[in-house]
Amino acid sequence: MAIALVLALVVIGSVLFHFLSPWWWTPIASNWAYIDHTIEITFWITGVVFTAVLLFMAYCVYRFRHREGVRAAYQPESKRLEWWLAVVTGVGVAAMLAPGLVVWHQFVTVPAEASEIEVVGQQWQWSFRLPGKDGRLGRADVAHIGSDNPLGLDPDDPNGRDDVVIEADDLHLPVGRPVKVLLRAIDVLHDFYVPQFRAKMDMVPGAVTYFWLTPTRTGTFEVLCAEYCGLEHPHMRGRVVVEEAADYQAWLEKQRTFAQLSGPGRASGRAETRLGQGEKS
Amino acid sequence: MGDIALGAAGAVPPAEVEDVELYHPKSWVTKYVFSQDAKVIAVQYSVTALAIGFVALVLSWLMRLQLAFPGTFSLVSPDGYYQYITMHGMIMVVYLLTALFLGGFGNYLIPLMVGARDMVFPYVNMLSYWVYLLAVLVLAASFFVPGGPTGAGWTLYPPQAILSGTPGQDWGIILMLSSLILFIIGFTMGGLNYVVTVLQGRARGMTLMRLPLTVWGIITATVMALLAFPALFVAAVMLLCDRLLGTSFFMPSIVAMGERLAYTGGSPLLFQHLFWFFGHPEVYIVALPAFGIVSDLIATHARRNIFGYRMMVWAIVAIGALSFIVWAHHMYVSGMYPYFGFFFATTTLIIAIPTAIKVYNWILTLWRGDIHLTVPMLFALGFIVAFVNGGLTGLFLGNVVVDVPLSDTMFVVAHFHMVMGIAPILVIFGGIYHWYPKVTGRMLDETLGKFHFWVTFLGAYAIFFPMHYLGLLGVPRRYYELGETAFVPPSAHSLNVFITIAALIVGFAQLVFLFNLVWSLFKGRPAGPNPWRATTLEWQTPETPPAHGNWGKELPVVYRWAYDYSVPGAEQDFLPQNQPPLARAAAR
Repeated sequence: MAIALVLALVVIGSVLFHFLSPWWWTPIASNWAYIDHTIEITFWITGVVFTAVLLFMAYCVYRFRHREGVRAAYQPESKRLEWWLAVVTGVGVAAMLAPGLVVWHQFVTVPAEASEIEVVGQQWQWSFRLPGKDGRLGRADVAHIGSDNPLGLDPDDPNGRDDVVIEADDLHLPVGRPVKVLLRAIDVLHDFYVPQFRAKMDMVPGAVTYFWLTPTRTGTFEVLCAEYCGLEHPHMRGRVVVEEAADYQAWLEKQRTFAQLSGPGRASGRAETRLGQGEKS
Repeated sequence: MGDIALGAAGAVPPAEVEDVELYHPKSWVTKYVFSQDAKVIAVQYSVTALAIGFVALVLSWLMRLQLAFPGTFSLVSPDGYYQYITMHGMIMVVYLLTALFLGGFGNYLIPLMVGARDMVFPYVNMLSYWVYLLAVLVLAASFFVPGGPTGAGWTLYPPQAILSGTPGQDWGIILMLSSLILFIIGFTMGGLNYVVTVLQGRARGMTLMRLPLTVWGIITATVMALLAFPALFVAAVMLLCDRLLGTSFFMPSIVAMGERLAYTGGSPLLFQHLFWFFGHPEVYIVALPAFGIVSDLIATHARRNIFGYRMMVWAIVAIGALSFIVWAHHMYVSGMYPYFGFFFATTTLIIAIPTAIKVYNWILTLWRGDIHLTVPMLFALGFIVAFVNGGLTGLFLGNVVVDVPLSDTMFVVAHFHMVMGIAPILVIFGGIYHWYPKVTGRMLDETLGKFHFWVTFLGAYAIFFPMHYLGLLGVPRRYYELGETAFVPPSAHSLNVFITIAALIVGFAQLVFLFNLVWSLFKGRPAGPNPWRATTLEWQTPETPPAHGNWGKELPVVYRWAYDYSVPGAEQDFLPQNQPPLARAAAR
């Protein structure tokens, strides 16, 4: 009866592995603990089903193994049993789906007080943009991209003049304040992925995507790209520094705005072609 | 309870159309090469699929070596790594699993199981194989062109797939897309055949509700494939236009590597919708034949009727239908309209219900059975373990918000390998051990078979079960090296080494299987017509292997469903589908 024993050991081993192995998610640093809770609910429900179903199968293999002179039972179906099992399964599914949809509703509902920041992905680096004193990000379009305008800000949009542009350096965020992260890519798909934040979203050229979060603890976190973007995909790294509001302000003071970067002439970016009008900003 | 089995027994309509004489081959070439016999075509499909599948297996060794020992093996460059994962994925999903289940098992089993002499359009059936072979050759040719095969990932997402930051941008992507187009053309010819044969070619008395579940699984998958592949077809044509003609179906305005490209106005997300409108049904195109086949393996080797046959049929049909409205669960973090998440999470989790019913009914078939632990039965049991595991992790990824942290991590890789890699492949092996005696007239060696099962099953589980936990840690997929990261502990690296060693062992065990296939062809124990004492029609042919035309002079007449095992009062523990009720009464 090796097979029945091995089947049971596979099940028990899997459960033990789950509880004893050192590999678990990294401690969270955002408000999305709800997501972790939903995963935990899912682990419990699926774990119970996994264990029960497969141990029962192992038992059947043991109990009903071939023996001389014993025939199988002839019973084509049992509507009652099948419907009963279907209903129980439905309840289990609903118990996972319902909290999942509730949390998803939070995920797609950006709080009104969230401040906007922008992350721009390109092969293979991260850039960031923060609104200036006016609190608004200016329009941007790949048509404006040039050597002194790497993110393609529209030089004619006054809202963009005071935008803080951070190229190939760390992003800083104040702790405890909700942010709506606007995502843009200028070449291929990327995905702004900070494992401690749990939330992530693809960045799609030609569109602006977003998600929101509230950082809940200070620290420095790695940014990885989670959507395959070509050869150097694994090396597309960046850092997010979450810090207290005062430290954040001090850092922000030292950053340069778009106007400072592009100089008084502000125009070399405009020498580029304007082919792609009509793209979303 | 007995109305599907007993009440319907003996109801056979009169013959309406006459038996039509087949075209018979006149030479060796028309008999074995350009053959119109579905059985020969099935073997051609299977051998071709297994051959290209072995290429994919070797590619998986290379990528696992790179992941466990990054930078150690000079034969794997970063370019190479991405080319290998891309080719591995596409070969396994399309050119091995789809082709083997539908072209291989479908061609062999459909005419025999429904009691037909052949497919209804034998010539088109032959063309289907040759176009498939051409598709495989075009795909394989990309290993030998400048720049090598495409490294765009098997999902081929634009813009990256056709831009210079991705390996194989010159020729590889063009050959990949051309090969897919050819594959779909070839499949369509075969697929129409399978559908018409099941609908029109059944023997007298073979009602739809008497069909073995193998046929139900294959035919539902075929209908799905006929509806889903066109989406991939147009996506491939449009992407090819973007690459070759400079159109902008999927390409917005782009500045790549500092250079402004001429594209404008296209939508990368449109490609993803088209791809997954094909891609999700594709999962079930692979899974449903496996569901059907494993049902028949379990019933036959547990000597017990499949439990809840009608529910099993409806579950197959329901899964097939539902799978067309769940595709965007592959796109929860793609940046699509976020409110889609509510709809697609709900539909996705609803699929769990008919799927769970199938699992329950397999196990309830074992319950109170007379379980013979043959090699096919072992593989069927292994399948249930892998499928339950992979199906349950699907409930994580299908539940939109749970998917957010897990998507694009190794959790996804582990999940889909368990559920649509390991699970269906275990069924393929079980199916080959089961039907090889009918195809060749000889049994596969049982000792080698058991060795093959144990190493493959335990090894594959050891590869993919722990891999989920790499994903939970946050390790992203499609990284040829993880490099230094603070959130991944060094112990995860030893896990990667362990997985690679397991993968190499499992890979080499497949050589034992290959050896068994060849050795048994000449030295295997003669099988006789019905070594498993099975009920379905393919085991009742007058000759083994069945001759061209399958049935000799008289087509079989079907009097009962496919699962009359251990019927009380019957002398034997099985009653073939073509055994009249009178014979049973007389046997008493």
